[in-house]
Amino acid sequence: MLEVKNLHASINDKEILRGINLSIKPGEVHAIMGPNGSGKSTLSAVIAGKDEYEVTKGSVILNGEDLADLAPEDRAHKGIFLSFQYPVEIPGVTVTNFIKTAINETRKAKGLEDLPAKDMLKLIREKADLLEIDRKFLSRSLNQGFSGGEKKRNEIFQMAMLEPKLAILDETDSGLDIDALKIVANGVNKLKSKDNAVIVITHYQRLLDYIVPDFVHVLHNGKIVKSGGKELAFELEEKGYDWLK
Amino acid sequence: MELKEKLVSSFLAFENKGNLDLDSNVHSLRLKAIHNFEKEGFPTKKNEEWKYTSLKSILKKDLGLFPSTDKSIGFKDIKEYLINDIESYTLIFIDGVFNSFLSDTTHDNCDVCVLSSALTRPKYKMIVDNYFNTIAKENNSLAELNTAFTTEGAFINVPKNTIVQKPIQILNFSTGIEGEVMLQPRNLVVVGENSHVQIIERNQNLSKNTTLTNSVTEIFVHKRAIVDFYKIQDDTKDSSLIDSTFVSQKQQSVASVHTYSFGGKIIRNNLEFYHEGENITSNLNGISILNDKQHVDNHTLVNHKYPNCESHELYKGIYDDKSTGVFNGKVIVQQEAQKTNAFQQNNNILISDGATINSKPQLEIFADDVKCSHGCTIGQLDESALFYMQSRGIPKKEAKALLLFAFGNDVVEKIKIPQLKSNITKLIAKNLGVDLGFDL
Repeated sequence: MLEVKNLHASINDKEILRGINLSIKPGEVHAIMGPNGSGKSTLSAVIAGKDEYEVTKGSVILNGEDLADLAPEDRAHKGIFLSFQYPVEIPGVTVTNFIKTAINETRKAKGLEDLPAKDMLKLIREKADLLEIDRKFLSRSLNQGFSGGEKKRNEIFQMAMLEPKLAILDETDSGLDIDALKIVANGVNKLKSKDNAVIVITHYQRLLDYIVPDFVHVLHNGKIVKSGGKELAFELEEKGYDWLK
Repeated sequence: MELKEKLVSSFLAFENKGNLDLDSNVHSLRLKAIHNFEKEGFPTKKNEEWKYTSLKSILKKDLGLFPSTDKSIGFKDIKEYLINDIESYTLIFIDGVFNSFLSDTTHDNCDVCVLSSALTRPKYKMIVDNYFNTIAKENNSLAELNTAFTTEGAFINVPKNTIVQKPIQILNFSTGIEGEVMLQPRNLVVVGENSHVQIIERNQNLSKNTTLTNSVTEIFVHKRAIVDFYKIQDDTKDSSLIDSTFVSQKQQSVASVHTYSFGGKIIRNNLEFYHEGENITSNLNGISILNDKQHVDNHTLVNHKYPNCESHELYKGIYDDKSTGVFNGKVIVQQEAQKTNAFQQNNNILISDGATINSKPQLEIFADDVKCSHGCTIGQLDESALFYMQSRGIPKKEAKALLLFAFGNDVVEKIKIPQLKSNITKLIAKNLGVDLGFDL
């Protein structure tokens, strides 16, 4: 599904990613771990198409298509979803209206008509229930005044609505207490299928107790320095990152 | 001939032609006003208050001063400029002349009619003598000019203890039938004790010709009365507007003026609040969204003279292309005005490198027990917010528009008439070039 080949990326002429290789098949969950500043968030932003970063070498290929020239919205339309570590607050735009716009723009890009209001409402309710989201929450301004947990849950709600092929969860566990973490993880697990894939970017092993990865990769200094199964996460939890440097 | 000479020399003919009562107070006010205008002339950039706004390009035009009205204008021509899905009183002026056929006036619980009749009918003489031209400032030469040529406009007189159930829409249309013109509407609004009225005002050019509108509105708000005044400025790029609005408030009254500037060559708003009692609230809200080479200048004044009053001022601006904005917010807190709360905020987004904003808060505080604050920001669109929205599949253009909506949202939220709110939202969407597919 996703092939990252020898990916180099820099920001303001400072190289952050120095040759990443990653291959992800449908149905798989990959965890990317690593210390602060290792390039985890950069990797997710580059895959999602943030134009602040310049790809200097290598490629990102989704289902056979090179994403190099595609804007972030085009990548989203092709099934990439990035859950933000720090979701942006947008006062005056409700959660419902935002997701409606996102869904209908995605449909428009695929040559489909807008989803009828009735179906949209049904879908929104269904997914809100799945994530144990209060209906009142949906008419609040997007992320404005949300707690850390509410912001993350809202990210997963949007993911549930957009049904991406590849979901990248960037530090989704940060700022979550254990109950919120369980709800979010539970939501992700329910959305997982044999046709989609998930990249979990995390600093700690904690989230991986709930979203169990098939593969764990350790990122250091812009490169993947070690890959393994889920047991690698436990090893990292125990020994820290220093032994890999 | 320059516009100033043309105006001054036509004054006598104007007064004679108009069958105006030359013994009346109004006549002497006119006479005084034309003298003052002759002395002062149009403001130039040398005048500190006009430093960033030049009228030169408009004054060069050969503007017709007394256009005749286009009688062919029907409801279909003006429908789109009205808020249609509410019951309202309407005052429609075409080329400065009242059109009774298109209007819906009343004298039932209150007077919603025209100034020309107020100025001439004995019934209204006392109101005119008490209020007309009493707060329009003498050192504002454009207000003087308007006073000199006052003929027509809205006259709204709400007696005490009256809630005017329907909003009042005032629309001034210019048809261009006589080419390039200058219009000078004059409105007088008197709201009695405990009364409440909502007014929506719009100036609209229906042609491609140049129109210069020099409008003056005086609003008197008595004890505990509430007035909401909405100004829609979404005119063509060949239309300029100088709007001088003066508000005088008695104790415990609440007056709010909302200004939406979305289109025009040059828009200048002089908005002045004068307090005549304690526990008064004044609200000044504005949002400007301009592109091309359009220019808006919001000049506000709140004069706190009595204790325990408050003023809340919020102006937002979104400037694209080579458009320019000016915000000059003056707040005076006089020595007697203890316990004043005066808040002022001006936030701007410059979308292009060629756009300009000049923001100048001016606080003159002579009392020592007050809360006053002002804040001014000038920024660009938040790139990370844009990326966030794009990553959810919302194209950049729509994402930008949504962000700008979000930016202006707190001004729009203050609109108390739902249909107007939806109308303003649509105008904003139109001006940002997007179809959002939902009401915010």
